[in-house]
Amino acid sequence: MAEPLTKETVTKVAHLARLKLSETELDLFTTQLGQVLGYVELLNELDTTAVEPMAHVADIANVFRDDEVRPSLPRAAALSNAPKTDGKFFVVPQILEEG
Amino acid sequence: MPALTSSAVDLIAQLNCGETSSFALTETCLQTISAQDANIRAFLSTNAEASLAQAKAIDEKRKAGQPVGKLAGLPIAIKDNMCTRGMKTTCASRILENFVPPYDAGVVEKLKAADAVLVGKTNLDEFAMGSSTENSAFQVTRNPWNVEHTVGGSSGGSAAAVAARMVPGSLGSDTGGSIRQPAGFCGVVGMKPTYGRVSRYGLIAYASSLDQIGPFATDVASAALLLEVISGHDGRDSTSVDRPVPEYSQTVEQPLTGLRVGIAREHFVEGLDREVEAAIKQSFDVYRSLGAEIVELSLPHSKYAIATYYLIAASEASSNLARFDGVHYGHRAAKFDNLIDMYSASRGEGFGPEVKRRIMLGTYALSAGYYDAYYLKALKVRRLIRRDFDAAFERCDVLASPIASTPAFRLGELVNDPLAMYLSDIYTISANLAGIPGLSLPCGLSSTGLPIGLQLLAAPFEEETLLRAARMFERATEWHTKTPPA
Repeated sequence: MAEPLTKETVTKVAHLARLKLSETELDLFTTQLGQVLGYVELLNELDTTAVEPMAHVADIANVFRDDEVRPSLPRAAALSNAPKTDGKFFVVPQILEEG
Repeated sequence: MPALTSSAVDLIAQLNCGETSSFALTETCLQTISAQDANIRAFLSTNAEASLAQAKAIDEKRKAGQPVGKLAGLPIAIKDNMCTRGMKTTCASRILENFVPPYDAGVVEKLKAADAVLVGKTNLDEFAMGSSTENSAFQVTRNPWNVEHTVGGSSGGSAAAVAARMVPGSLGSDTGGSIRQPAGFCGVVGMKPTYGRVSRYGLIAYASSLDQIGPFATDVASAALLLEVISGHDGRDSTSVDRPVPEYSQTVEQPLTGLRVGIAREHFVEGLDREVEAAIKQSFDVYRSLGAEIVELSLPHSKYAIATYYLIAASEASSNLARFDGVHYGHRAAKFDNLIDMYSASRGEGFGPEVKRRIMLGTYALSAGYYDAYYLKALKVRRLIRRDFDAAFERCDVLASPIASTPAFRLGELVNDPLAMYLSDIYTISANLAGIPGLSLPCGLSSTGLPIGLQLLAAPFEEETLLRAARMFERATEWHTKTPPA
């Protein structure tokens, strides 16, 4: 760990996160995220080899329910906030390239 | 005109005996918002017509002698990250600027079932990410005690709305202190319940293993009543806990005998403002005078809490906020080359800087080659932090500490230094990692006239202990009666 964060890495992470960032933002985040990552190095003081990770605190395992048909959102309500629909479906740009 | 200086509990009593009507009360709230909110900017939207109609209907129900809910006729404000059917819910983000939910959050259903009147939606740091409400895409909320200072955050609008007596109660959400810290900065009572106590259904997720909804009010008894109404199992939130809800409002006035108040030495270190320290130490004296025993103890992993929190919260945020892709709801960019570019452009345009920072941090912490070193490491330290509290609560009933190192900082003071802003959450964050309940109540005023908050924490599902201990302090002091200068 601990190698300095580069703009190339930040650019790659922005792509993974599906965030289009300006050059200014990339520069700023390289500095700011570098500072935060430097700070969290603090955790390496602790030996945690024998500690179980804790993903959440609720003392709950799987929560099951009967597989029953229940009312769900009407189609019009489900589509009501969509940026683009044809009245039946969400409309997105073409996904597959032309062969 | 009914005076909004009364607490929620007192106003409900006035409504029940016919001294005032919900219509008059709601009208007063709306008028106060019109008069004051241009200056404070706590509200993102109000619901004037519908709330007056709702108030009138409740008045008629009451007049006809029909049974009414526990909050019948009480005006309430809600943080704008909880879904309200037919009312815009923006998360103070451009990406959700025009989002109108087709359903109500679980807590909103419960408020409506209790006949509360929803007067408006309050400002927050975008997607609840922040500690000052300066990260809102729409407006900066200003502290009613001094408009040059922040209200804290992220539930700053809900805290300010209650502090300025624009509404008698409100709801916020607390992921790392987002109810307790603004309550402290604004001189009101704010409470984060145990993780799982209140349904998160319809709360737009920031960090799902940490988020919890809770109330703001002007006194402890009113916070107890609001908590009682919103608590309970909800099958639509798989982390909602199925256990009975105590009648907090019925027990809150009962003092605790043999109360043990824990104080952690890690909470009194360099960086703590002298006036805050003095006010907190005076609070211990108040508890001593009430017969409580003060127990000194240690939370050895305290100093790791912020690093642990920001890794976990950012990781969960990066996953949760993947849903904003310009397809089902929210902003879609006008210009893009292909599907991936549509996602990236829409998100790049729709999210503000702090949200982007946290998504980036989380994506990095979860990415191949870094997962073990960052995310998994943080989950392990989280367990150590929880164990600290388990051990502490064997020796005390409540833990008392400052809510923040200083009173409300100035607008603009920390907003350009993300790490410094993160570090300001030092006193509140551990409770979310451990999933325990916490509360902030007024315990002093600084020499510059800013509120100082006392934080009390308790073991999981010990909300009743927490509220009763808080009420003991409140009854013995007058800080909760202080209001911002006119």
